[in-house]
Amino acid sequence: MTPEDADRHFGVVGVYVHIPFCARICPYCDFAVVAGKDHLAPRYIEALVAEIGGGESRRGIGAVYVGGGTPSHVEPRLLGLTLEAVERRHGIASGAEVSVEANPEDFTKDLARGLVALGFTRVSFGAQSFDPVVLGYLGRRHTPEDITRSVETARTAGFGSVSVDLIYGSPVEDPASWEDTLARAVDLGTDHVSCYALTVEQGTPLGRSVASGEAAPDPDIQADRHELAGMRLSAAGLGRYEVSNWATGGHECRYNHIVWAQGEYLGYGASAHGHLDGVRYRNLRRLDAYIAAVERGVRPLAGEELLRGWDAEIDRLFVGLRRVVGVAEGPGTAALMETEEGQLLEHAGVVSRRGDRLVIDRPLLTDMVQRAVLGLPEPWAQAAAANNVSVDA
Amino acid sequence: MSDQTRIRNFSIIAHIDHGKSTLADRLLERTGAVSPREMRDQVLDTMDLERERGITIKAQTVRIGYHAGDGDDYVLNLIDTPGHVDFSYEVSRSLAACEGALLLADAAQGVQAQTVANAYLAIEAGLEVIPALNKIDLAAADPERVTTELVNILGGSPDAVLHLSAKTGAGVDRLLETIIARIPPPSGDAEAPLRALVFDSYFDAYRGVVCYLRVVDGSLGVGDAIRFMATGETHDASEIGYLTPKAVPVGRVGPGEVVYLITGVKEIDRIKVGDTVTSARAAAVVPLPGYTEPKPMVFSGIFPTDGDDYPKLREALEKLRLNDASLSWEPETSRALGFGFRVGFLGLLHMEIVRERLEREYDLDLVATAPSVAYSVRLPPGEEQVIKSPQDLPEEHRGVSEPFVRAMILTPTEYVGPIMELATGRRAVVGGMNYLSPERVELDFEIPLSEIVFDFFDLLKSKTKGYATLDYEPLDYRQADLVKVDILLNGQAVDAFSAIVHRDHAEEYGKRMTTRLRSLIPRQLFDVPIQAAIGGRVISRETVKARRKDVTAKCYGGDITRKKKLLQKQKEGKKRMKMVGSVEVPQEAFVAALRVDDDL
Ligand SMILES: Nc1nc2c(ncn2[C@@H]2O[C@H](COP(=O)(O)OP(=O)(O)O)[C@@H](O)[C@H]2O)c(=O)[nH]1
Ligand code: SF4
Ligand SMILES: [Mg+2]
Repeated sequence: MTPEDADRHFGVVGVYVHIPFCARICPYCDFAVVAGKDHLAPRYIEALVAEIGGGESRRGIGAVYVGGGTPSHVEPRLLGLTLEAVERRHGIASGAEVSVEANPEDFTKDLARGLVALGFTRVSFGAQSFDPVVLGYLGRRHTPEDITRSVETARTAGFGSVSVDLIYGSPVEDPASWEDTLARAVDLGTDHVSCYALTVEQGTPLGRSVASGEAAPDPDIQADRHELAGMRLSAAGLGRYEVSNWATGGHECRYNHIVWAQGEYLGYGASAHGHLDGVRYRNLRRLDAYIAAVERGVRPLAGEELLRGWDAEIDRLFVGLRRVVGVAEGPGTAALMETEEGQLLEHAGVVSRRGDRLVIDRPLLTDMVQRAVLGLPEPWAQAAAANNVSVDA
Repeated sequence: MSDQTRIRNFSIIAHIDHGKSTLADRLLERTGAVSPREMRDQVLDTMDLERERGITIKAQTVRIGYHAGDGDDYVLNLIDTPGHVDFSYEVSRSLAACEGALLLADAAQGVQAQTVANAYLAIEAGLEVIPALNKIDLAAADPERVTTELVNILGGSPDAVLHLSAKTGAGVDRLLETIIARIPPPSGDAEAPLRALVFDSYFDAYRGVVCYLRVVDGSLGVGDAIRFMATGETHDASEIGYLTPKAVPVGRVGPGEVVYLITGVKEIDRIKVGDTVTSARAAAVVPLPGYTEPKPMVFSGIFPTDGDDYPKLREALEKLRLNDASLSWEPETSRALGFGFRVGFLGLLHMEIVRERLEREYDLDLVATAPSVAYSVRLPPGEEQVIKSPQDLPEEHRGVSEPFVRAMILTPTEYVGPIMELATGRRAVVGGMNYLSPERVELDFEIPLSEIVFDFFDLLKSKTKGYATLDYEPLDYRQADLVKVDILLNGQAVDAFSAIVHRDHAEEYGKRMTTRLRSLIPRQLFDVPIQAAIGGRVISRETVKARRKDVTAKCYGGDITRKKKLLQKQKEGKKRMKMVGSVEVPQEAFVAALRVDDDL
């Protein structure tokens, strides 16, 4: 994807819908999820439909992403109600990307056909690994064969784009296991692969067991695994376009591109987040609180971040630098490269200037760059100019 | 003005944790100075730091009224003192304001190093010492043995030793009567010109400098013009009063009394603890003996993390000195850390406390370097130069001398072996052994200060299950084969890391430092080689490998605000780091040499 293509997503509006239900909570997961509350799904979807119906009225949605949680764990009929609500409120543009997340153990032929019939064009599987030992460590309920079957089922059902999520670097994984997982993902002919390093989050069962002395992932091993993924996937024709994402030409996730291009997207559902009119916002995280707010006719808002002036420029770098194409040079990149920290990052080969863009060449050090970006002081000249404008106005 | 014959001034002295502050509680309670509602444990430990750590750092003075068995009303001025070796100077100052001292010994633990040291301080000051066993309520109490130990150091009769429980209050009545009977009343001359000893002071943001005085001769009233004899400053006494422990203003006081004094002076350098206050009109000729300035034992560089805070740090040190007369410093410049001060301390606990007080009470963020003792260097032309910082050691010299102390360890006899082993490994010259009782022995030796001041105390405790205690006092300087070990980060010597050590220990020290620094310095963009070197010769080497992965896997499904907050927090954490060249060094790395060997 060219930088121009990447940046063009700035003008496309996306929609994110959160489905928090899962069959069981995986020990490493710190998303807003619930297990054993399936009976609340109809009521939750009702609330979702109400929130969408009363939402902001942007038109012409270019990408919809139904994530979770496990959307495939709820009845497709309910997902259909949600998509209809989006269509009614905003209109989904023709040729839009409509993604759904699914777990391999749920993915029957009927489900696949049903989802395609509802209008989903892309499916992303929580595959994680083809190694039963790793799947066991991660507390997953599916087998490697479930993944293979699901991908084939998706193809047959008519999904235009199929993606798998993989998790590397768990303490039980060895190099052969990861090598094999990559090979099998490639053999399946997936269009898109996301590889995430296993992250130990505080407050999760994994976090607690590591805190009590159980083995933790080794960052150096994870770096090795990421490098291996890069080699194997690019050899198979999947190019990396973001820190953790690879795709064959044309199969990059459009919804994600909107987010990284600092584009606008509406977030619906518990813990969903959006970006609209220079404001990043997020919804209430707890399922019951979310439902209660919507049922009372109140916006289920949990918090907002205003992006004005310099903050918006910082934000543009913050999100955009995760992409391989990086960001177009601007006042923010200039400010960064004036700092000692920025120069050190350039000297160490972490960032470089390519044409009129700033890119990250060592993606595994992205957080270092982002920390440097946060809190960059506004250049004096720019602040003064901004003041003048407001004085004249 | 109180009648001198009805005043008793005394300090409570003891080893740490033997119950001084708790006994003060009982005395305050028994005499009604503090109402049951206001009572809390160790009520005189008012500093946050004291309450958190459960120790007394500052001596505290309080005036209580007591209706004695003889039917008369007495005034007792009590000073609760700290027990740690670093604060023996506080004890000396308190003793100078008293005629008597109450020496406590824990009836179970027995006589400890600071019991002995403080007893000698009181005897040298010519005070009447009342020995007492505290904690007799404990099942493990062994009054007979501990009485023998006390008599062994103080002389006198076993019958003179009181039995107390500061916890239950047992024996407190008898103690009060003994204080009245045994401690002599003050004997100042009420007609003579005013002479009052400034035995403590502190800075109050609203009222300026507050002094604590012990009036020796003459009288002092509100509105009197007074002069500080050493500094020559003249002021009006705008308020004087008693501490009960609440401040109670009073019009005029005479000999023997203990009061606070406010003059409205805000300039902190105008008042010196140890000075004599006299009348500006009818001035005394001869000042009171005052104090000998305490000699700092260890020195450490203190630098503001943010270079702009340098003036604020200087001001904070000046204010703190008013409350801690033992503080001294001079400016220091470090290539690694910028502008700061080389501060002298009485010991490591003192250093820790000062640093914590500076950070808390003056809102500073500081980097402290590893402490060092003061060395004496013989220069080629023959003159001697004292250096308080290893970085000042000249390349060319004709020998280095180091301070020795006389150390005393009190221990149950079964630990003599391990203690001897520890001490000789630290270049100690063993002197005498003195049995206080069949189970308890005093070991005396001469040892380099640098060998005991850092981790010796912790090692001693761990080798003796906590039973041995230590006290020491300066002795002399002795020549030794000392070398400077430099630490290089990324090939650059970092002055703040240099240390002077004995040649025989240099290699081990270098290895320990490089290993510790490797675990303390976070991984960075580049490999960071860490080397220890003597002169140009590298004696040990470690590497902090470059960081390869520093990235959040998933952007929390797109919750960008949350990720920004997370990274922002990490960034704040980094502010506690100091950039040394291009290497980020956490503040605790600068005192890495101090940590006891738990990681080796
Ligand atoms: N059992 C018992 N404990 C005591 C007695 N006196 C003090 N303590 C405890 O000993 C500890 C140290 O007391 P503290 O007054 O702080 O000692 P200081 O360091 O000498 O001031 C505290 O936990 C007290 O509660 C006593 O008479 N009996
Ligand atoms: S299935 Fe996915 S969303 Fe659900 S608990 Fe597991 S990792 Fe979390
Ligand atoms: Mg105390």
